[in-house]
Amino acid sequence: MNDIVQPPPCVEVRDLSKRFGSVQALCDASVRFAPGRVHALLGENGAGKSTLVKCIMGYYRADSGMIRVDGVAQAIRSPQQSRALGLGMVYQHFTLVSQMSVAENLVLGRARIPARIDWKAEHRALTEFMRTMPFRLDPARRVASLSAGEKQKLEILKQLYLGRRFLVLDEPTSVLTPDEADQVLSEMRALAERGTLTVVLITHKFREVMRFAQDVTVMRGGRILATAEAASTSIDELARRMFGQATVTTAANEARAGVPAGAYCEVRDLGAHGDRGTLAVVDTSFAVRSGEILAIAGVSGNGQKELVEVLAGQRDAADGAILVAGHAYRRTRSQMQRYGVFVLTEEPLANDCVRSLSVMANLALRRYDRPPIAWHGWVRRRVLRRWAEELIARYRIRTSSPLARIDSLSGGNVQRTVLARELSEDLRLLILQNPCFGLDAAAAAEIHAQIAKARDRGVAVLLVSEDLDEVLELADRIVVMSGGRIVHEVGRAQADRYELGRHMTRTSEAEAA
Amino acid sequence: MTASGIGWYGVALAIIGGALRVSTPYLFVSLGEVLTEKSGRVNLGLEGILLMGAMTGFAVGSLSGSPWLGVLAAGGAGALLGLLHAGICNLPRVNDIAVGIALFLFGMGLAFYLGKPFIAPRAAMLPALQLGAWSNEPAVRAALEISPLFLIGIALAIALRWGLANTRWGLVLRMAGESADAARALGYSVNAIRTLATMCGGFLGGIGGAFLSLYYPGNWNEGLSSGQGLMAIALVIFARWNPLRCLWASLLFGGASALGPALQTVGVTSGYYLYSAAPYVLTLALLVYSSSTRHTLAGAPSELSISR
Repeated sequence: MNDIVQPPPCVEVRDLSKRFGSVQALCDASVRFAPGRVHALLGENGAGKSTLVKCIMGYYRADSGMIRVDGVAQAIRSPQQSRALGLGMVYQHFTLVSQMSVAENLVLGRARIPARIDWKAEHRALTEFMRTMPFRLDPARRVASLSAGEKQKLEILKQLYLGRRFLVLDEPTSVLTPDEADQVLSEMRALAERGTLTVVLITHKFREVMRFAQDVTVMRGGRILATAEAASTSIDELARRMFGQATVTTAANEARAGVPAGAYCEVRDLGAHGDRGTLAVVDTSFAVRSGEILAIAGVSGNGQKELVEVLAGQRDAADGAILVAGHAYRRTRSQMQRYGVFVLTEEPLANDCVRSLSVMANLALRRYDRPPIAWHGWVRRRVLRRWAEELIARYRIRTSSPLARIDSLSGGNVQRTVLARELSEDLRLLILQNPCFGLDAAAAAEIHAQIAKARDRGVAVLLVSEDLDEVLELADRIVVMSGGRIVHEVGRAQADRYELGRHMTRTSEAEAA
Repeated sequence: MTASGIGWYGVALAIIGGALRVSTPYLFVSLGEVLTEKSGRVNLGLEGILLMGAMTGFAVGSLSGSPWLGVLAAGGAGALLGLLHAGICNLPRVNDIAVGIALFLFGMGLAFYLGKPFIAPRAAMLPALQLGAWSNEPAVRAALEISPLFLIGIALAIALRWGLANTRWGLVLRMAGESADAARALGYSVNAIRTLATMCGGFLGGIGGAFLSLYYPGNWNEGLSSGQGLMAIALVIFARWNPLRCLWASLLFGGASALGPALQTVGVTSGYYLYSAAPYVLTLALLVYSSSTRHTLAGAPSELSISR
């Protein structure tokens, strides 16, 4: 299974095109992934990176063009076929079975599972296999107990265990801390340099390209703009190609007056249970002042989701207190309106919207019962419609009509709809969780600008984010959440990416030790 | 003391004997449901399958004269109803809970309709193993009179426990129940796996029914199952989807069912119906005990509609 001596496959595509309805997702793409090298595919969301690799992996069939593996033209019609050729892909969302052990997950991937599994022998073989690998995991551990970084490693181990020598990593570092990301990527680079592996790295982070890739291909609008050796190019040059002529500006870093004193929202010794009954949030205390952005950084799954759910009124607190404007905050609708508390949670379509209602109805959820929309208990549809159309225009929500169902909108437009609803005039406390997750750079910059604008007009903003770049760009103060606790606090001026990353993983390391 | 001669000792003995006798249908039905639920579906129609199994087993047993043929036929009838459940659930956007309730009513109605002619006659019963032959005490001998189906059930619980962990089938079945996406990504047909699992579950449920009509109480009437198929579903939750724990839980339920008759042997007759309600009270108590407002159940297959 691990004949390291055999060189990894060389994959080459020629004039590959793919159209989805009216969208030309991929247009005459030609690129060669040289064996034993790390090749970065750089581009924004919708640039065609995923379409290109999914054509190679057999998930899509290209309309025209050709794929060659080791010089032989291949018509790859299914993922099974690409697997047989030794091509493997590690997805952004994990495909592991979380209630099973590491060993069970590895054995399940095999094409031939023996009818009776001799676990003792399997564990021995797996330990032997791990010894030849750059990172090791205990085969007996349950996947649910692994951190996000370990899961990512397991996904990669699985591909190697199954004998795949051409690996596509789809945004592998989006869930990792900087330290974990550096570790995983440098190990992949080392494997490539030993001639064991060809790696295709899909990313939009320049830092990763410059540090770990040997070749880089820039894509935009379904076309390949350039392929170059990473050493012979620069971040500025790549950015210019990736975004075209338009430069991305952000309003967040503009100078502003000093932070006013006095906490608007205070959380004291808060505890909350997670879905599995264990404490997910432990003794958490922090305060958000009016006119500042407090960011809670952390790797996903460290209690942020539960914390936001408690603040949003979707989950009960086990103990502790929440004070808003000096009063005990019981998260009732009347209190939300009185104190101007607004929330944008993770996955807004599932958590903040009613899927089957229209964009207009979803926009009205906070206000339909108050004048001018409400009139003696009746909803004035004409007023509502005019009001909704104004918001749709102001926030540039792309929808066929205010009456279109919210779930017919793209992710970015759902996000904008919820933001339009939550950034209302009486906003005084804004709670956000990963507000730009899955959005392209331009849409993210626009939302960041909106958040900064709200802060500048005196709103207290609590930003819970897994994206360190976002945290460092927006926050006035940063706290780090790990293992359900606040483990670190720092002002923006003193914040350091790697220092934050180390605090993000502190508890999980302590548990593993 | 009382008429039984051995007093309260006799009550304990009667409860143990009852547990060994009454637990078998619980055991088969719950093992079948574990199999189905591990694949990611709930089959609430087991009460209907149990009744269909009881009727078919009794009818085939009395017509052919061979009780074991009746057991097999009961399993087949259960598997067919399982196939019906799975076939409907395989259609897009069908809720397995609703289908299960429909199947429960359908199986019950069908069994009553087809079983009308068999209410009066008696069929050849399944033989019993006299494990108490060494004792002179009739109460001990009665308690240790055990059906071979019970022993098969124990073996099955152990085999299922082992098979779920150590065979390809077990692994793939559990994957379908834990992550349908992962199973599909590896090229397995989730619907096919669940169909097979529901059919096997139905087969076992049918055998549980045959035990009712061919061994204990050993006749066919419409009140035969008295909700045992439904309680077995609660039992699976209490057993946390573990076949071995199903065995212990079945014995517990069997013992609770025997409480009323056992007390009767020592002359406590006043609260007979109250004591007969013991298994139902136990069901409620266990569900309250094992529930929580704060967390989902440990061990529940993630794809189950009740844990999502």
